[in-house]
Order: sequence, then C-alpha cells, then structure tokens
Amino acid sequence: MSTGAPPETARPEAAGRPAAARRRARRPGGRPLLYTSYAQDMALLDTRAKKIWFYGIVLAALLASQVLVDDMLSLLAMAYVVAIGAIGLNIVTGYAGQVSLGHAFFLAIGAYTGAAISGDPDGRVLGLGVTSILVWLPAAGLAAALAGVIVAPLATRLRGLYLAIVTLGLVFLGEHIFKEWDQLTGGPGVGRPAAVVELFGLRLDRPGPLGSKEQQLYLLMLVLLVVFAVAARNLARSRIGRGFAAIRDRDIAAEVIGVPLTRYKLLAFAISSFYAGCAGALLYTVTGFFDPGSFNLLMSVQFIAMVLIGGVATISGSIAGALFITLLPRLTRELPALVPVISADTTQTPNVFQVETVLYGLLIVLFLVFEPRGLFGVWIRVRNYWKSWPFSY
Amino acid sequence: MTGDGGTPVLEVEDVGLAFAGVTAIDGVSFDVRPAELFAVIGPNGAGKTSVFNVLSGVYRPQRGRVRFLGEDILSRRPHEIAAMGLARTFQNVELFHNLTVLDNLMLGRHHHFRYGALAALAWLGRARRQELAARAAVEDIIDFLELAAWRRHPVRLLPYGVQKRVELGRALAMEPRLLLLDEPVAGMNLEETEDTARYVLDIRDELGIPIVLVDHDMGLVMDLADRVLVLDFGRRVALGTPAEVQRDPKVIEAYLGGSS
Repeated sequence: MSTGAPPETARPEAAGRPAAARRRARRPGGRPLLYTSYAQDMALLDTRAKKIWFYGIVLAALLASQVLVDDMLSLLAMAYVVAIGAIGLNIVTGYAGQVSLGHAFFLAIGAYTGAAISGDPDGRVLGLGVTSILVWLPAAGLAAALAGVIVAPLATRLRGLYLAIVTLGLVFLGEHIFKEWDQLTGGPGVGRPAAVVELFGLRLDRPGPLGSKEQQLYLLMLVLLVVFAVAARNLARSRIGRGFAAIRDRDIAAEVIGVPLTRYKLLAFAISSFYAGCAGALLYTVTGFFDPGSFNLLMSVQFIAMVLIGGVATISGSIAGALFITLLPRLTRELPALVPVISADTTQTPNVFQVETVLYGLLIVLFLVFEPRGLFGVWIRVRNYWKSWPFSY
Repeated sequence: MTGDGGTPVLEVEDVGLAFAGVTAIDGVSFDVRPAELFAVIGPNGAGKTSVFNVLSGVYRPQRGRVRFLGEDILSRRPHEIAAMGLARTFQNVELFHNLTVLDNLMLGRHHHFRYGALAALAWLGRARRQELAARAAVEDIIDFLELAAWRRHPVRLLPYGVQKRVELGRALAMEPRLLLLDEPVAGMNLEETEDTARYVLDIRDELGIPIVLVDHDMGLVMDLADRVLVLDFGRRVALGTPAEVQRDPKVIEAYLGGSS
C-alpha cells in the first residue's frame, strides 16, 4: 500500500525524466495499444488511428489550397475562422457549462479592435495603421477577453436560463452601440473595411509568394485553426479543463474539493472570449468589409447550433459543427435547381433563405433528440460499428 | 502525519447553526485527535450532515469556533479549506458524472497543481510534468481502491457501490490531513460494507489520516470508531468510547424513544 506517498518521490522516472522515459518506453513491435508510460497514455494522439486521421486531415487541408477554386477556398477559410469561434463557445458552454447567447458580442469586440488597430489612419473610420497581424490579433483577443472578464461576474450570480437571458441582452446592447458609433463601425448599411492582414511585411490579402489572395488567407486560417484547436485540447485535458467540467457537472462538490468557482468561471469566460475576439477579427478579412448589423442574435444562435450539432465539450466536434453550418448555405443555394418550389428570389415564399433558417432550427432539434453528442457522437457510432464489424455487438 | 503529540487536528467549540429560526446545530463541541477514527451518530435530522457542511465551509454557523490544524476556518471559502487538507465525501454521491474515474480522481488533486492557464494551453514544461506526476499518484489510489477496471468509464455508468469508492478515492487524492466520510456504507450490502470498513481502517492505520465518520450502521460505527459523538436535535447527547456511549441512558433514550 503506497497511496499516501508523495508523487515526487513515488515515480521519479515517470515525472522527472520524460525524454529518457520516452526513449525507453518505445512500444514493443506489433502492439500499438500497449502503453508503457503515463506520457504515452496521456498523449493527445494516443492511438495510431488518431495520428493517421489527424495528419491525414491536415495534409488534405493543405493540399486543398492547391486543388480547390478560389471561391471555395474563401468559404473554407471563413469556416476555419468560424471554427475558432465555435471552439471558444464550446469552452464556456460545453466544458464549463455556462450557457452564453452573447458570443456574437465578443466577436464584434474582436472584429472592431482588430479593424481599428490595423485600419487606415487617414480613412473614413477610426484606424491606427498598425497592420501586423502579430499585433492586432492578440489585441483583438485580449480586448474581447477583457469584456468577458467584465461579464463573468454575472455568471457567478446566475446560472442556466437566467445567464442565457442576460448574455442575450449583451447582443442587443452591443448591436445598438455598434450601430450608433459611426466613427468606429461606419454605421449600419455602410460598414467599414476589415483588419488588414500583414505578416512579416507581407500582405496576405494580395497575391503573393504563397499564391492568390484566397490561397494565402486559406493557409493562414488553417494554421491558426490548428494552433487554436490544439491549445484548446490541451486546456481541456489540463487541471483547468477538468475544473471547468467539475463546475459544469456539480458546482458545490467542485468547490468542496478545491476548485475556486468564481475564478474558474471568470477564466472560462476570458478564454472563450479570447477565442471569439480572434475569430471576430479574422472573420471578415476574407470578404474585406463588414457591417455592424452582422453581430446579431442569429450569429449567436448559429454558434450555439455549431456546438450542439458538432458535439458539446469536444474540440473536433466544434470544428465539424462550424464546417457544417458554414457550408450549409452553399448546399441550400443549390435547392432551387433541384426543387423548383423553393425560389432563389428573396421576395418569394418559400425561398432558400427561409429554408436555411428553418434548417438551423430543425437540425438543432433533431440532433438534441436523436444524437445529443452531435456529429462527434455520430462519428463514435460509426467508429464503434466498424471496430466490431461484422458483429453488431 | 501521526505525531503532533496529541494536539487535536480539529477543534469544534460551541458551534450553533440555524436556518430561519430552525436550529440545526445547537452548541456542539468536540475535537478530533491525530490518527483518530471519530464517529458522529444520531437519528435522522440530528444535524450530522450539517456539522460536515460547517466543517467544509458550505454553511457558515452563527456562533462558535472551528479550528483546523490550529487555524480558524470559519471565515474561509470551501476551496480554501480544501486546499488546507480537509477532504470529504457526500451522503448522496456527488461525483462529476460525465467525467471518467480517472478525471474525477485527478480533480481531487486540483489544488496540488502549480501551473496557470498559459502553461495549460501549451502543455509544456511544468504543466506536463505535474500532470504526469499527478497521474502516477492517482494510479496508486486506483490500485489501493481496486478501481483499475473502471479507469476510463464515465462515473455515471458505474454501479452505486463503485461510485461510492470513486468518491472515497477522490477525497484521498487530495492527500488530506483530515477526512470526513458522510455515510460511506449507506445503501451497501454486507459484503460492500465490509470492504469499505477495511478501506477505512487502512486509511487510518497505514496512512495515518484522522477520519470523521457519520453513519447509521451501528455495528460498523461501534466496531471501528475510537470515539463516538452522539447528536440529537442538534445537541450533543454523549461523547466517549463506543462502550461508554452504548451504556449511556441518554443515548438509549434518543434511539429507542423516552419512557414518557
């Protein structure tokens, strides 16, 4: 019996010399699932299948930049940015269990911070002319995180539906402010140019060494998504992610075992809003222009839909959900050709935009009823089916 | 952890707690000595769980003093008291249901980690080292409580008896200086009860952790406890060794009803 022994002395070789341990702990040939160290067991890509999938998908995404048409690349680049935002919402709502309908508000703060810092100083709207993405992207994230910290005390007082309603109020508050603040936002119906993407003196929103504008932005967004996603996954498996989940599952018990509730709720909002702020600042660099009316309730609902459809408290699910919701309009646009009843003309009923809105709602309902774990859950089912194939049990 | 020369680990002095005029605890005093197995018994509603909630900082009593390891803890938040080394289990299992056994136990070590959000995002250096060390410590507890078969299972899918054990493991993972067990054998069959009794004795004898135990199982309490506190209607009825308490006429009255 050695339960009480302090960990530092109990397993010096597992903790103290990870590099040496890893070298010695090579898996015996032919037994990929035999782990001989905790480092192996706790790795992010702990199975060969996960490694193959991860590197395969990243490689395919990189190749896509050379294969797909520019129009499709823009759409995917936006989807990747949206995925960063969805991961952010999943941190606060999926992991920490604090329902937030105010995600669009934090995206707006990021978008305007990024645009204002990198904007043209002599332009029609506010701009400081610092175009390096290394400056404005973190700044946009931090500004949104600060807003998150200011909002978070509400979450320590309220929970569930009440918190949802209060965060909903944020969206309306933000929409109003941004519509009125012409100098910053350009006003409704006019808008302002988005952040200028410049990395090490290289303008990525113009054709350059990496290809066309779309190809360069696509690659940038892909790299950022991978970085943000891996960081979020690390967070989720750390003491912080576990603390979030403890608060979500049973907050009193969490506090009694030593998780400080107030600080962790604050942290959840701050990190989530940081993700949202970065996503907001990047989102419109693809189209180049944005309007203060964009950050409305529908945007928040779309993010909720991504989290629910993709999979609550999963990072890969957030990405899948974001891709799904962003690519959905492209599919519905094809409907008029297939189903003549649905019109492409907005003045007619039923038109594709109405179908789209109905689809969001319908998909949320269907997923909640039939697969609450979302696309991630569908993937688990498919995987388990093939794992045990040809036996159904 | 045993020898402070008999200085009490926990001192409770004249604690009084009332909810809107309903008295839950009425002037209760006791102390827990190092490596002692201290039991609190009493009929339903006697205030046993309320005492636990006061100790772990969930309730704040209107009067009295509680000193843990010589420090006053009444003004502290629950997570601060936990960080001082006071661990507890709950009467109704309060685990984190969507998390695995492993994650639940790792959460027990929450306050032993010393790294921040940025290290967590990068999973480098301190974060990685501490997580690996914590994992090794948690595996010892998995061995001790024979939980290896359920390591990766979400706790909501586990049988009740195993959930109780996971909760005990989570408290042990905190490396506590004092362990509060709220009805550890409630709802268990004879075999599970005996297993739990063995674990409780091992925790006291081999780890030297003092334990405060609340339970209705008289046989268990009288067998295991060094001293017993009997509560009724929030008041202290008796305090002494199991043999003394069993002979006390006031205890018999509280349990069997007065002859009025």
